[in-house]
Amino acid sequence: MRKAILSICLICLSACGNGNNAIYDPLEPVNRQVHAFNAGLDQHIVRPLARPLKGARNGQGGTPGPLIVANNVSKNLSLPGKIVNHLLQGKPGPAWRNSLRFVVNSTLGLGGIMDPAGQEFALVEQDTDFGETLHVWGVPEGPYLELPVLGPSTVRDTVGKVADLVLDPVSPHLNADQKRGKLALKLLSKAGKRAQFGDTVDSVLHNSADGYAQARLLYLQHRRYELGQDSQEIDPYDDPYAP
Amino acid sequence: MTTLMRPDRRGFLGLLAGATLVAVQPAFALDAGQAHALVEKSLAEVYTVINSGRPPARMYRDFEAIFARYADVDIIARSALGPAARSVSPTDFAAYKQAFQGYIGRKYGKRFREFIGGRIEVTGARRLKSFFAVTSVAYLNGRAPMEMEWHVSDKSGRSLYFNIIIEGVNMLASERTEIQAMLARRKGDVRALTADLLQAG
Repeated sequence: MRKAILSICLICLSACGNGNNAIYDPLEPVNRQVHAFNAGLDQHIVRPLARPLKGARNGQGGTPGPLIVANNVSKNLSLPGKIVNHLLQGKPGPAWRNSLRFVVNSTLGLGGIMDPAGQEFALVEQDTDFGETLHVWGVPEGPYLELPVLGPSTVRDTVGKVADLVLDPVSPHLNADQKRGKLALKLLSKAGKRAQFGDTVDSVLHNSADGYAQARLLYLQHRRYELGQDSQEIDPYDDPYAP
Repeated sequence: MTTLMRPDRRGFLGLLAGATLVAVQPAFALDAGQAHALVEKSLAEVYTVINSGRPPARMYRDFEAIFARYADVDIIARSALGPAARSVSPTDFAAYKQAFQGYIGRKYGKRFREFIGGRIEVTGARRLKSFFAVTSVAYLNGRAPMEMEWHVSDKSGRSLYFNIIIEGVNMLASERTEIQAMLARRKGDVRALTADLLQAG
């Protein structure tokens, strides 16, 4: 069943292509409604909740504060999923480094609370997800999507998010309480990021003339950069009046 | 005068052209080393302002001055305005450009706290089409290192940068989106946009 859904999505995806810097957004009217909802959610709930977290990064006497701990543990639990994705992409190098990182931080790092792998062994996280796996397999980006609560995405990255939940090797080993704990850590870590990058988020979401268009542009450019896709340089001397 | 010149007019013109070339060459012969130096010099000035401890409003004006000195404000402002820049009067464009420059100084200047205690290392420069790309890495507190690329051109007659790309995010593209959204909100009225820009950022 899961496989059937996935393959249907893959077929839909491969039907639509995109250019280098092109923005393909046929669902813009719906996306804009979702964006208005997300901006409201941020303004009334997320931002007021996240603000007090700004000081919680560093604990007393140089120890990591609760936000760093939440972030470390949450990131550590996401490593097995990333290892699976690197293997699916045919990249044993990053898979191996993430495996070592997972072993070191789960043991010496006390279940991922600390990050000795990154700090002592230069084993920094090799980030990836199933959206990238789909990209490596040649699946095009598909239409831009803004997801409720989760924010900017594309059809390919949304399929990737769902697949990552299904493929995660950690979740079958957790009971209901542990799953809730894992989700809580993830939410806390996201709230910490919202506090840390507050000014950036504010400038895009609340202080921009068209926050929707800004968020879409930033997401697509950054995502394509992460995936190593070449972007087309702008040469304003060629045509400064280009739309 | 004309009779005197005519016999070796070609030679004289040639000489003149040659002299102009010699005079202009230092300004136009942008190479990777100069592009590299330009970015380093402007970053050093930015950090001097950040570490000056001046009140923020004063710092924004200092950032604006650095932007005006090292960036090709004319082409950036023109490109951000897009097709509307073609039909606007020179006076209106000049006013818009001035307002745009202040807006950039405030908008990006407000982020200066993120740079306190951090550093930006220039790592290299390479030719890219008709301009130079200077690469650098920003090491800011509590963040993974970020790749920053500066696009430098001498097509204005001076070596100036016209775009900054941070982790794939293109400042010129972002400002094009922003300014054109602001212009659309004013139904294409550049003077109204200029008035808005004086308050924005």
